[in-house]
Amino acid sequence: MSDTIVEINNLSFAYNSRLLHKGINMRFPRGKVVAIMGGSGSGKTTLLRLIGGQLAPSEGEVRVDGRVVHQQSRDEVYRMRRKMGMLFQFGALFTDLSVFDNVAFPMREHTSLPESIIRDLVLLKLNAVGLRGARDLMPAELSGGMARRVALARTVALDPAIIMYDEPFAGLDPISMGVIVNLIRNLNDALGATSIVVTHDVHETFSFVDYVYFVSNGVVVAEGTPDDLRASEMPFVHQFVHGEADGPVPFHYAAPDYRQDMLRGVNV
Amino acid sequence: MFDRMNRGLRNIGHRFIDRIWRLGSASRFFFYTLALSGESLRRFHLTVREIYFTGVLSLIIMLVSALFVGMVLGLQGYNTLQKYGSSDAIGVLVALSLVRELGPVVTALLFAGRAGTAITAEIGLMKATEQLSAMEMMAVNPIARVVAPRFWAGVISMPLLAALFSMMGVFGGYLVAVPLLGIDDGAFWSQMQASVDFREDIVNGVIKSFVFGIACTIIALFEGYDAPPTAEGVSRATTRTVVNSSLAVLGLDFVLTSFMIG
Repeated sequence: MSDTIVEINNLSFAYNSRLLHKGINMRFPRGKVVAIMGGSGSGKTTLLRLIGGQLAPSEGEVRVDGRVVHQQSRDEVYRMRRKMGMLFQFGALFTDLSVFDNVAFPMREHTSLPESIIRDLVLLKLNAVGLRGARDLMPAELSGGMARRVALARTVALDPAIIMYDEPFAGLDPISMGVIVNLIRNLNDALGATSIVVTHDVHETFSFVDYVYFVSNGVVVAEGTPDDLRASEMPFVHQFVHGEADGPVPFHYAAPDYRQDMLRGVNV
Repeated sequence: MFDRMNRGLRNIGHRFIDRIWRLGSASRFFFYTLALSGESLRRFHLTVREIYFTGVLSLIIMLVSALFVGMVLGLQGYNTLQKYGSSDAIGVLVALSLVRELGPVVTALLFAGRAGTAITAEIGLMKATEQLSAMEMMAVNPIARVVAPRFWAGVISMPLLAALFSMMGVFGGYLVAVPLLGIDDGAFWSQMQASVDFREDIVNGVIKSFVFGIACTIIALFEGYDAPPTAEGVSRATTRTVVNSSLAVLGLDFVLTSFMIG
């Protein structure tokens, strides 16, 4: 068994004829928590969809457990996804099901366990995220942080080998953020899984991940452990880590000369 | 001038190709739904749940509309028939209009407005909130788990709703004709019994409502599944569901009627 569970080799992906990724290479070792960071719109979420087989690369390949994802049949991709869990940005809970039924959903779909065992397993997962008492609530009755935790319980319902997190901290208060950080790390270690976290929250992420990839303009511009990157002198990494408004990533969207633009007036 | 004409033509061509393209996507979606229907039939409780939402919850609007449609038919029919001295045939007129045409067609139009829009909005919002993606990533095919049960629920509900519509309409016609206008009770029912043919009228009506059920439900599902994942996208898709379903029902009604009469 190879040490690397997910490999991205020379991957390019175009969306609506716009080249989003240009020759990306990444390695995700078993048992580690790896972050993919970059500005909004840099195609981080798309990378997760490529790993999950929801999109196919224009060039290159994604290998999961040694097998090229886009060369597999639909049934094989579905079989592969049973080993994966993905936490979506806003949870993506099924709004017509209660918290309990949301977490039970993957178990009921993929196993023929009796309801008594499903009940125990669901309560176990909900207890792990601290929401056993919220089992009868509907998703509309949950706060953003609680919904994210329920979604996390659902994500790990079948004890996946790979857990992907799409912006897990977006829109959360500091307490909920801390809770999610602990859960990601603890669940990863307890399940012996590999976690891939897509985010742009530098400080939270650097506190718990093992390795970081920085993506910008469709390429990996930097990679390393959080300590390496904190010490990095690379202009992009420096701008990103210290949250500077201007730098290699410009503050202004590409526009004609300001003076010329203002003097042109309104064309009636 | 030439440029503008050229642009106009290109625009028309583009729209035409786009429509054909969508028709192709909708057909593929339809066949894919049929191919993945096994689970919704095996786990029939999924379909029963949807029958409750699309069929049972549509009952009130269907039955109230049917009552009024039947009553209006009774009044209008009496008004015309009495000029020819055949007001006793009002039962036949009400029953035939309902069973052959109004029952299936009005039910389908109401179904598109009541249940079709709900299906489109629900699936569109499930897509916009990434619930369908989440399902895919859980190795559950949303076509098999979400689309197919709703499809079969619509196909099963529509003929039943149309039958109840016709029944309630006949009752509405009866209320106007017998107690209000004084038509003989026996004449109303016996003429209806003698003139309504099971094969020619009732079975043909059921076939129509079955076809309308397929058309309305698949249009609602496709529009929801195909909707851009934004508030505007879902709102446009919901409008398209009503417009396309209504046009499809009326168009199909003409085609089916010409086959049935011819």
